[in-house]
Amino acid sequence: MVTALVDARTAAEQVVDPEMPMLTLADLGVLRGVETGDDGTVVVTLTPTYSGCPALDEMRHDLRRALTEAGYAKVVVRTTFSPPWSTDWISDEGRHKLAAAGVAPPDRIGPRAAGGPVPLTLVAPSRTVACPQCGARDTDETSRFGPTACTALRRCRSCGEPFEHVKEI
Amino acid sequence: MHSSHHDHDDENVYDALSTADDDGRWAFGTGFDAGTAEITAPVPDGVDRDDLAAYCLMLADDALIAAQRLSGWTAKAPELEEEVALANIALDLLGQARVLLSRAGHLGAAEPYRAGPQDDEDVLTYFRDDRGFRNVTLVESELGDFGRTIAWILVLSSWRLALMQRLTASSDPVLAAVAAKAVKELTYHRDYAAQWVLRLGDGTALSHARMQAGLDAVWPFVEELFLPHAVERRLVDAGVAVDPEQLRAEVDAVLEQVLPVATLTRPEKPAVGLVGGRGGRDGVHTEALGGLLALMQSLARAHPGATW
Repeated sequence: MVTALVDARTAAEQVVDPEMPMLTLADLGVLRGVETGDDGTVVVTLTPTYSGCPALDEMRHDLRRALTEAGYAKVVVRTTFSPPWSTDWISDEGRHKLAAAGVAPPDRIGPRAAGGPVPLTLVAPSRTVACPQCGARDTDETSRFGPTACTALRRCRSCGEPFEHVKEI
Repeated sequence: MHSSHHDHDDENVYDALSTADDDGRWAFGTGFDAGTAEITAPVPDGVDRDDLAAYCLMLADDALIAAQRLSGWTAKAPELEEEVALANIALDLLGQARVLLSRAGHLGAAEPYRAGPQDDEDVLTYFRDDRGFRNVTLVESELGDFGRTIAWILVLSSWRLALMQRLTASSDPVLAAVAAKAVKELTYHRDYAAQWVLRLGDGTALSHARMQAGLDAVWPFVEELFLPHAVERRLVDAGVAVDPEQLRAEVDAVLEQVLPVATLTRPEKPAVGLVGGRGGRDGVHTEALGGLLALMQSLARAHPGATW
């Protein structure tokens, strides 16, 4: 007997990212589909941010728990790699939430030009990232690799604060 | 725990762990079937199933063994930032390996090694012996000091990026999907390595000498990257695989861009010899693989099927 309390999509969209809990999975843009069957089965399709995203397992558990609590008898979480996730999938609301939490949101990068070798640039990208604390634009990248796969570490030269930046991919 | 806002979790934190899923988690893997939609895609028309499985295994093993090798830096990198960087690179490669291992397993590659209920990717990772691994010998080679590690990452990421960029056009949907994701990751792995090669090569006399020595040590493993295997040749004809010989010019161009600016000299060292024409792609490996596998596999083999 199906006694769903909340619409499956709404329940799935409200699950938060385990590594950046200021974002819901909907904000992050990793939910590719939520389908409900007549027998109370929900099939959720997720896409990982990075191939080796360690949070994927936790997302699966959290989705299963949220949908079970919402009254769905059977929850199947599948993953898909295609089309690949890009930071462009992070919603406008997600970008505001990141900035409010002190994490610099990514720029929108648009689709990558198809074909041909990927060019190598020997100087670090001179991307301007505003400091989420003081708003100054004079910031440096200290490491491309931050505490989660999605983030880089930066430092503000104006206020001196270090901060994370969701790096564009 | 991020999910502890549920009241019933607060009663006993261990309950939350054990009820998070219906099944216990296998101790040495993720304990879950990745459930990736693409894995079960049909074999493209005109493609031999065993060839496709073998090719997926080659690309998976390159990434798996590289990830295991890089993980050796954890807790002993020169700086915290570099440790995080090396671990992140390893993690990306492990992610690429997992999908490819699952695809190879779906196509039957795990069956000869299956001894328990584990997922295909875990069977292939923990219960294969060295002769079953199909990686190029570069990825099993010792990382040595940080200079050699950086040279190793530069060569590996330049080669794999050139490969994956071409593989996005593969007629196999799994390979194309893995490749599209891998291209983004390998691009910044290569950036990371290239920037360190510049900094060390064009740095102090000591850093220059160690960077050059690292490049020299990695060089004998480069030639094997461009030698096509019979499986690759057949799959190139079917539109599935990339001919590794085609990658040589692109890798050379990257090295020609980086090495002069870093004041380094392109090494002139003989390649590691194949044994009777057979190399890593045939399961003929260097001595370095045995120790790496012992570390990676011994615990899982001592406790097969363990859960927590």
